[in-house]
Amino acid sequence: MTPIIALGFLFLTIFLFLVVFLFIKKYTPQFREILALTRLARSLGLSVEDGKRLHISLGHSSLLDERGGSAFAGLSALRIISEKTSVSDMPPVASAGDAALGLLTQDTMQAGYQAAGVEELYVHTTSRVTGLTPFSYTVGAMYIASDENVSTNIMLGHFGAEASLLADVADRNYATLIGASDNLAGQSVLYASTQDALIGEELFATGAYLDTSSSHSASLIVQDILRWLIIITLLGGSALKFIGVF
Amino acid sequence: MRILTAVIAIAVGSMVLLGYFSTSFINIQTLLLNWAIILAGVAALAGVFNLITVHGNKVRQAEKNSIYSAVLVISLIATFILGIILRPQHAVMQVILNGIILPVESTLMGLLTITLLYAGIRLLRRRVDVMSIFFIISAVIIFLGSATLPSGDIPLIGTLVRPWLSQIWAMGGARGILIGVALGTLVTGLRVLFGVERPYGGK
Repeated sequence: MTPIIALGFLFLTIFLFLVVFLFIKKYTPQFREILALTRLARSLGLSVEDGKRLHISLGHSSLLDERGGSAFAGLSALRIISEKTSVSDMPPVASAGDAALGLLTQDTMQAGYQAAGVEELYVHTTSRVTGLTPFSYTVGAMYIASDENVSTNIMLGHFGAEASLLADVADRNYATLIGASDNLAGQSVLYASTQDALIGEELFATGAYLDTSSSHSASLIVQDILRWLIIITLLGGSALKFIGVF
Repeated sequence: MRILTAVIAIAVGSMVLLGYFSTSFINIQTLLLNWAIILAGVAALAGVFNLITVHGNKVRQAEKNSIYSAVLVISLIATFILGIILRPQHAVMQVILNGIILPVESTLMGLLTITLLYAGIRLLRRRVDVMSIFFIISAVIIFLGSATLPSGDIPLIGTLVRPWLSQIWAMGGARGILIGVALGTLVTGLRVLFGVERPYGGK
């Protein structure tokens, strides 16, 4: 029964994505304001003006398990950020805690430079694998955050409680910190450590807020529709249980 | 080339996905996942090479704190060579693991508890709103309710308030967040699967 429900949900998501994607080509959707993402968009421009770096940490997600979703969301944001800040005197630095993710980070950043028409400015050492375990990765990322003239640390991906160490370094260097994790411990740590926290699925909204492309907006609208469907199903199920149908 | 990489990614992704729903695709799914594991192993070597290149450059250019980069590169190469020659089960490798790597990680864990406490203290300085106040109060109640005291649980907090808070409110909130994350993961995965998002092949 469960695989059938899962398959049905999958097809529903695909169907909704296609319908919404075709529909929003005609209309520009309006999204609610997320303060952390407004701050992120502003810090992209400020970093270019200040001549300081952005540090994008993509966490230690493995691409072979369910944590890969947050890694892909981080890569999507990285692609936009690298395109928008590639002309800065101090190019952005990206760090990853998984080797395969590190390779994709290099490819994504290079693509961002390519899209901005400055591929020759891309330096492959700006995309780094700083460690292969959560702590070694975090320590390597702390090293970047403290020593490389970073004005904004952007943490998008899978982080556990060790995110606190990186957040602490950002605080001590008076750098802005914007963070989102798919892990509950990481989220609570980032909630306590950042000015404006990103909670839950807001991690996956980053692309849509930084880039106005139809596909990003469609993804976000589909997430909202599915969330409402789940809410209605949960409430309906509870009501049916209450009145004794189940 | 870009089209080829996208075709490979979409085909492989689709077959792995179908393996979860149809028994006919289980063998090919297992095969492809095994290939992915081997590739991830090779990628680990590329990651280590990247680490050496970055820190080697820092040492060559005598950048700030490059002494730490030098220590990292020397330790990494020494451990790698010793591991290949002696094998991971050798006593020397066990000393490196149990005498250096594990204590360093434990130290970081200790440091983490302090930074977490500090983050909690700074929270109200950074953001005074209802959610932050609830966050601090919940953390304090959970902390007090979980503390091991000589007299046992703190009456009411340890026996009633903490379980009520953690098993009803916190559990409900956590499930809500995880459902949101799962939906985000699903939609992001589909974007990659259909080639809308291509973090590979330079596009």
